[in-house]
Amino acid sequence: MAQTLIKVPPTARAGEIIEIRATIGHPMETGYRPGADGKTLARDLIKRFTCHYNDELVFDAELFAAISVNPFIAFHTVAVASGTLRLTWEGEYGFRHSESVALQVV
Amino acid sequence: MTMKKLTPTRRHCLATGTALVVWALARPAHATSDDMTRALKAYAGGSLIQEGRVKLDIASLVENGNTVPITVTVQSPMSTTDHVTAIAVFNERNPQTEVVKFALGPRAGRASVSTRIRLATSQKLVAVARMNDGSFWSHSVDVVVTIAACLEEEV
Repeated sequence: MAQTLIKVPPTARAGEIIEIRATIGHPMETGYRPGADGKTLARDLIKRFTCHYNDELVFDAELFAAISVNPFIAFHTVAVASGTLRLTWEGEYGFRHSESVALQVV
Repeated sequence: MTMKKLTPTRRHCLATGTALVVWALARPAHATSDDMTRALKAYAGGSLIQEGRVKLDIASLVENGNTVPITVTVQSPMSTTDHVTAIAVFNERNPQTEVVKFALGPRAGRASVSTRIRLATSQKLVAVARMNDGSFWSHSVDVVVTIAACLEEEV
């Protein structure tokens, strides 16, 4: 499975805007680059990243070849209630990885 | 005599033809500013894209095109009645015009997103934001890249 690094504050006040920073280990092969044998390497990209807050979609990103290796995305959300943030990455060749992070709203 | 006159013409034609084929094959595989204009038009669905409200934060001199941090921030209260619904970034001279497209809403609280991108060469980047009232706002930045992405071989 892919390695991920997710930074979310463990606790937040109700109504506070929190930042979510997420990185996933992925080659993000563009499909434009030659390999050692001179042939173009097959494209292998993560194409979509989503964040569900207590099963409600709060952030959606469509990624293209210009996104660097090991995609990093940072965004914000309002801490409304305690629960889980589910981050999902989807890519080519059926790639799919989900991580859930607990958020305590005090 | 006729042959002598014809030969250079034929040769010339062949040379021109060959040159065209070589140019067509060796043409750099990247988008152009026309492609970016088209992509922007398609994204805005024909609506007018105004300058302002959006800030695309990127270094104007990039040493390594393989990982270039960018942040797009849009001035918006992010309330249910006035918020950003989408943010997109386009480039001029990478092989593909689109960089990234975000969809967000009032639940975001703050319209500010960051990522890291690849740049094939020195070029212009445009960030566009769509508001819930249907208006589009943008900010463009010219970036100089010293080490381009996409040049390195497989490691």
